Amino acid sequence: MPNRLELSGITKQFPGVLANDNVSFAVKPGEIHALLGENGAGKSTLVKMIYGIMQPDAGEIRWNGQPATIANPKAARRLGIGMVFQHFSLFEALTVFENIALGMDAKIPSRELEARIREVMQTYGLLLDPHRTVATLSVGERQRIEIVRALLLNPKLLIMDEPTSVLTPQEVEQLFTVLRQLAAEGCSILYISHKLHEIKALCDTATILRGGKLVDTCDPRQETSRSMAEKMIGTGLKDIVKPDGRAFGDPRLVVNRLSTSRTGHFDVPVHNVTFTVRAGEILGIAGVAGNGQNALLDALSGEIKGHDREAITIDGVGIGSMDTTERRRHGLCAVPEERNGHAAVGDFSLSDNSVLTARDRLGMVMMGLINSGAARTYTGKVIADFAVKALGPASTAGSLSGGNLQKYIMGREILQKPSVLVVSQPTWGVDAGAAAAIHQALVDLAAAGSAIVVISQDLDELLALSDTLAVINMGQLSAARPVKAFSVDEIGLLMGGVHGEKEAQHAVPA
Amino acid sequence: MDLLIPIFVTLVGAASPILIAALGELVVEKAGVLNLGVEGMMLVGAIAGFAAQFYTGNPYFALVCGAAAGVAVSLIFGVLTLSLSTNQTATGLALTIFGTGLSALAGAPFSARPVQLMAPLFPPELATHPIWRVIFGYAAPVYFSLIMVFVLWYFLKKTRSGLILRAVGENDLSAHSIGYSVVGVRYAAVAFGGAMAGIAGACFPLLLTPQWAERMTAGRGWIAVALVVFASWRPFRLLAGAYLFGLVMTMELYAKAGSGPLSAIPSELWAALPYLATIAVLVLISLRRDGSTNAPACLGKPFMPSN
Repeated sequence: MPNRLELSGITKQFPGVLANDNVSFAVKPGEIHALLGENGAGKSTLVKMIYGIMQPDAGEIRWNGQPATIANPKAARRLGIGMVFQHFSLFEALTVFENIALGMDAKIPSRELEARIREVMQTYGLLLDPHRTVATLSVGERQRIEIVRALLLNPKLLIMDEPTSVLTPQEVEQLFTVLRQLAAEGCSILYISHKLHEIKALCDTATILRGGKLVDTCDPRQETSRSMAEKMIGTGLKDIVKPDGRAFGDPRLVVNRLSTSRTGHFDVPVHNVTFTVRAGEILGIAGVAGNGQNALLDALSGEIKGHDREAITIDGVGIGSMDTTERRRHGLCAVPEERNGHAAVGDFSLSDNSVLTARDRLGMVMMGLINSGAARTYTGKVIADFAVKALGPASTAGSLSGGNLQKYIMGREILQKPSVLVVSQPTWGVDAGAAAAIHQALVDLAAAGSAIVVISQDLDELLALSDTLAVINMGQLSAARPVKAFSVDEIGLLMGGVHGEKEAQHAVPA
Repeated sequence: MDLLIPIFVTLVGAASPILIAALGELVVEKAGVLNLGVEGMMLVGAIAGFAAQFYTGNPYFALVCGAAAGVAVSLIFGVLTLSLSTNQTATGLALTIFGTGLSALAGAPFSARPVQLMAPLFPPELATHPIWRVIFGYAAPVYFSLIMVFVLWYFLKKTRSGLILRAVGENDLSAHSIGYSVVGVRYAAVAFGGAMAGIAGACFPLLLTPQWAERMTAGRGWIAVALVVFASWRPFRLLAGAYLFGLVMTMELYAKAGSGPLSAIPSELWAALPYLATIAVLVLISLRRDGSTNAPACLGKPFMPSN
């Protein structure tokens, strides 16, 4: 039997970067093949060429043994290549059914299409009501739409781009069941991820890319997560150095029955959130995206100003009714999830961005005048200490890559030595090396006596980083407990929580 | 009764050009493009329609010429905003200024020369009784506007092409990644909007004032743009809104004429009413708790695919 897909010598050059350099590998029929690599390793470019979004500069793609030119996504789908994107290409204001109909190349009468959709949903246990508006669905449900859309075309190769980054552990298990069933029916799967334990659990073969080059093709079940990670980043991986048996000091951040009101249609407010973080402690807050994380961060940072002064206290001082600037003065720094436009202004220089959050704590403004020398010096220190790849303090924030900008933002807040630091998704889209550096900086900051709150959807990150853990679901926060007292299953159930039951009610048996 | 029927007939006449232009703009906006040049396209349509009627006396040909002229100027807007990614708001405003000037220039030789008004579509025997006049007493564009309300509702709600158009307006990047031609769909929508605005413009010399006057559309293009928001991008609400505005404009005429109880209110106040109503509706819409205005998510944003 010929290989389902065979790439030989694929090369793609962008201005200034060689995105793919002579990459060759093959995917067999029914194989689950992992494509592994850091951000910028060239995975996305490679997959875009397989799906016809881009054309290779050199090299050959063979499909079922025959040379193939894939001019556009339509041609890819005609061959039997389906793709589920990391960022869903869904239309929020349209229904599930309309979204699927849009993705179909062939014109199928609506009634027949609906019957086929229900059939696919039934076969693979992907239950959804076709007439619901996408805006009302959870991320996991949205992903099901994308999968159903791809499966309707009876694909022979399904490309999954980082499919689990937003799912609960239970949703991940369900997804894997579907993928294994598909593979057993002969559909090949190209699975892009950097979550190594998932690849070990799911994939038959792994192809590892680094800097656009193929580093290795291996059997993930024969490798350790560590050995694969080291191939991915090319050097030895540093562990987080976290002294054992640390004692925590006095409570620094005390949150008592904090609630916010609903601001927009799709916002989830938080309700009666209560927790305490002591000096030296890292509290992790787990949860699936869209369960009130944004409201919690905004309420803590002061973007949503409360009325109850005592709802939030730092070292005994009630700051619940203060604005962001006053809270920063009292020692609370925060890093929101969205880097561009929220944590940093893209068109401003890094120096000016430093002034925006560090002006009071570091005396960058005197009598209304900016002390640009101080801002430059501080920004230079952030760049040096956090190995930010930037030309200098004068580079604009928007010119940095996502990972580098994140390093700068984290550095900017951490070097202010806040008494309390609240961060959301500190390593989202950051490569493993940089993530390790950010994690270490957080641990060191805690060791120096700060109280830290880490809100993240990456459970691995929270388990490695946190001392205590709580789970947010539908705006409610579970009681915080030492992280060792949780099992992953238990966290998963809390993450699914009320939300999971609601989902089940809405699902319509086909 | 004596007053109601003429008022109704007048308001339908006043509302129909606005309705036609607004239906065109609705399709344009549903595709995610904000074309503020409706007033300019209407004026160009008006002079083209006027000239065609002046030379040929065939009102249907005049309407086609109005549509063609509307398409031509809308394509200028299309090339600038869609192919060259200029700012849609600024380009739309420029289009209005351009259309105003161009129509004034082209219309100069025609000033104070009359044309034939367009005759009602149905034979006059059908409209002898006043009640029948309410149904059969209008020229073809009035019926065209009503048919287009239904056609566009059906097109947007029930057809695949309509779904694609909405998809392009909701999320251009997704539509692009699925493989639809965002720019192609938007060109088609902009050209359709131009055609409708051109027809609406041609209605002014053909239905309302049978002679050329500079700026004869008198800001109706702006009302059409406002109506689309007023109707929250729904064709049947657009119909209701257009007739409501038509009623207010008719009241203004009667108030000016100084007859009856209507003249107790100054005509300037009547003239201001449509705009006051638009502001009130816009405020009400943005006060909605759930924040949903039904506006196409990509409205007015240039399409910038990353690769």
